[in-house]
Amino acid sequence: MLHKRTPHTGLLALAAFAVAGLFLLQTGLSVTALAASTANAVGVGVGVDPHAVPVPPPPFKDEDVFPCSECHDVEDEPDTTRRQLEMAHEEIVLEHDQENRWCLDCHDANNRDHLRRASGALIEFARSYELCGQCHGTKYRDWKAGVHGKRTGSWLGAKQYLLCVHCHDPHSPSFKPLEPLAAPMRPEEIR
Amino acid sequence: MIILGQIAAFIVQCGRSVLQGRTLYWAWLGFLAVIITLGIVTYIHQFNVGLISTRMRDQVSWGFYIGNFTFLVGVAAAAVMLVIPAYVYNWKPIKEVVILGEMLAISAIVMAELFVTVDVGRPDRLWHLIPGLGTLNLPTSLLAWDVVALSFYLLLNVAIVTYMLFSLHRGVKPNMAVFVPLVLISIPAAICIHTVTAFLYNGFPAREFWNSAILAPRFLASAFCSGPAVLVVLMQSLRKFTRFDIPNEAIFKIAELMAYAMFVNLFLLGAEVFKEYYSDTEHLNHMLYMFTGLEGSTAIVPWMWISVFCSVAAFAIFLIPGARTNIPTLNIGCVLIFIGVYLEKGMGLVIPGMTPDTLGEIYEYSPSGSELLISLGILGLGSLIMTLLVKISIPIMLDE
Amino acid sequence: MSRDVTRRQFLCIVAGCAAAAATGCSDFTHTALFRDNFRDLSPAELKDILADLEKKHSATYGKQVTVGATPALDGVEFGYALDLSRCIGCRRCVRGCVEENNQSRDPQVQWIRVLEMDSEHGINLEHSDPYYDAEKVPEDGKFYMPIACQQCRNAPCVKSCPVGATWQEPDGIVVIDYDWCIGCRCCMASCPYGARHFNWGRPSIPADDMNPATHYLGNRPRPKGVVEKCTFCVQRVRKGLYPKCVEVCPVGARKFGNLLDPNSEIRYVLDNKRVVVLKSEQNTQPRFYYFFG
Repeated sequence: MLHKRTPHTGLLALAAFAVAGLFLLQTGLSVTALAASTANAVGVGVGVDPHAVPVPPPPFKDEDVFPCSECHDVEDEPDTTRRQLEMAHEEIVLEHDQENRWCLDCHDANNRDHLRRASGALIEFARSYELCGQCHGTKYRDWKAGVHGKRTGSWLGAKQYLLCVHCHDPHSPSFKPLEPLAAPMRPEEIR
Repeated sequence: MIILGQIAAFIVQCGRSVLQGRTLYWAWLGFLAVIITLGIVTYIHQFNVGLISTRMRDQVSWGFYIGNFTFLVGVAAAAVMLVIPAYVYNWKPIKEVVILGEMLAISAIVMAELFVTVDVGRPDRLWHLIPGLGTLNLPTSLLAWDVVALSFYLLLNVAIVTYMLFSLHRGVKPNMAVFVPLVLISIPAAICIHTVTAFLYNGFPAREFWNSAILAPRFLASAFCSGPAVLVVLMQSLRKFTRFDIPNEAIFKIAELMAYAMFVNLFLLGAEVFKEYYSDTEHLNHMLYMFTGLEGSTAIVPWMWISVFCSVAAFAIFLIPGARTNIPTLNIGCVLIFIGVYLEKGMGLVIPGMTPDTLGEIYEYSPSGSELLISLGILGLGSLIMTLLVKISIPIMLDE
Repeated sequence: MSRDVTRRQFLCIVAGCAAAAATGCSDFTHTALFRDNFRDLSPAELKDILADLEKKHSATYGKQVTVGATPALDGVEFGYALDLSRCIGCRRCVRGCVEENNQSRDPQVQWIRVLEMDSEHGINLEHSDPYYDAEKVPEDGKFYMPIACQQCRNAPCVKSCPVGATWQEPDGIVVIDYDWCIGCRCCMASCPYGARHFNWGRPSIPADDMNPATHYLGNRPRPKGVVEKCTFCVQRVRKGLYPKCVEVCPVGARKFGNLLDPNSEIRYVLDNKRVVVLKSEQNTQPRFYYFFG
């Protein structure tokens, strides 16, 4: 794997190593072995500014849905009245503080390719965690530390983060039940 | 040179004793040969497929084998501890009682060690337990201590018996300066092996059923019931089949001592039962599993009540002087207490100790056919050893 | 020392012949039958043994199997934390662990046991059920508690082993030398967590599913008749990787890292969350913590 690398992934991995190396220096660990990062792994140490947390792209259900501006023409005057959607997105049922909020609390009315903070500041979809973090402060803090949410990669170096929305549907964020894998065999059945 | 000749003569005489016998003797040997062979054949199968041929599993990882091991260590210990009253009361056939006890101890220890051997997953690596070759994990591992104690005890008893018989064979009075210290060492060693075996269980705080301070005293008390029971029956049969003169008085004295031991044994059991039932903590589950069943799992319950019934009935018999000095009732009492203690140590200690397991799971263990056959084979082998030892020693002791 | 070796070599020859003649069992002859405890091996002996194992396993599974023996990293003591608020009892960790660590499929061996508990009873093992079989998890009124080796600082298993076949490494991982274990199961009797598992029969792993990247003290294929347990994926974590269960957990309930590194995820958990250890009254002092995130 190390010697059959395209220049592009090689560069990324190099960057990953560099960040990991910085992290090691910072923690003063003398470590002899370091895992080879996967090509997509993004190096980040705990405590590094989350703004520098590059994450996999947002998991849009339909690849054609983004950019939103393809359909939402900026020239049109947006209808900002709270209402039941009928022409599009009617499949989305908001189960996320729906009594108090609706679409345009998080989606920017004038720039559909961005999300918006309560302050009105724009947020890229790739950084949606900043939006979530406005309300879910402690979870955001834990996520940045690597303690809320799934981490893969290296415990002492390059880690792969996920966006909140990789696990939580932003319109219905409760984690959906899964089918469990098979139960273990009972001792009576082991022969 | 003379000594070598004497050893050769001794060995020849031993061989001769073993090869001479009445039909009953040969029938008994034949019977033992059959169950030993069955045991060996079954063990070869277990050796090849692994312990999966038993019903032990991760939830109940020790079973019938280790129960038998524990019981037999008790028999071995008690047989020698009888030497104490023999000295105190200055019984007539003291020499014979001592030798008989030591021979029973040898057979019991051999069986106990075989039970451990068939229980381990890698018998090919048992040499890891040999100091110098392996790495005996002393002082922390109690099984390591048990290995040391049992090996020492076995060697000690073999030495005593061989020395005694060899001296008698040569017609030389045993040198008391050698004999008495060895016998005196064997007494604390006997207490030691059963205490260490009790501590082996006791030392698992993860198993609250065993983690009781009175476990070692209970072990000793129950051993003092079952070991002498074997000896009492053995002495009677020797009296019957040989010219051995064992007075009733010696046998009744042993019976009286057994009555005390049975009282202590039941008293300690009662203390344990009170503590668990009155406290009514999670730890009660093991006792519930034993006496009433737990969540519908009741496989062991009848056995435990048989054990309690036998122990109480035996105690009643031994408590009444008229009953324990009457040979037929005495023998019934011996059989009852033997069954009672065997069930208690063979099943009632190990299985409830591991049921429910440390994560609260209940797996109903009972020995598989394979376990029963192998165990029977080991008991047969022990009986064979005892038979041959007795066969060799009788003519020597009777100076025939 | 040299006398020991000579004596041992002598015993090897004698006992080796006897064993081979008596058993004729190939299972015992192609393991390094008469070699030392792992901790007493010289580097040269270890190298030979690893090479032998690699050859043997590569032939058995028809692929290039590596058997490493990477030692503990300096300045590292591993710790693990599991978020009980997150775990949904899906058993993905169990499968990941079985596949990564080459656990026997038949007879079944699983290092992780996921217990379903009643919310009403709290953490109560007596009311737990590892055999739950729900359509979907989590179920209402239930929560889930996965249990594997707690890598105790005061490990009763290490204490009870009669031959020193299991010990604690400098990074805190309790390991087993599968070629030294005699299979007496004292460690299983002493473990308060049911974390140790015995190979009751000959373990079997489908060749296709066998993970060829192995560690001597970890996931290399085991012989029958020995005990095995979770090693925090020693073959992964000593290379800096997360344990497999951490990687496959779909809800991110599993956290792992270096207890000695103040910036590690595990230290963040200890510093910012309230943690509990299982059966603290046993004074086992686990390196495995449960928390409520």
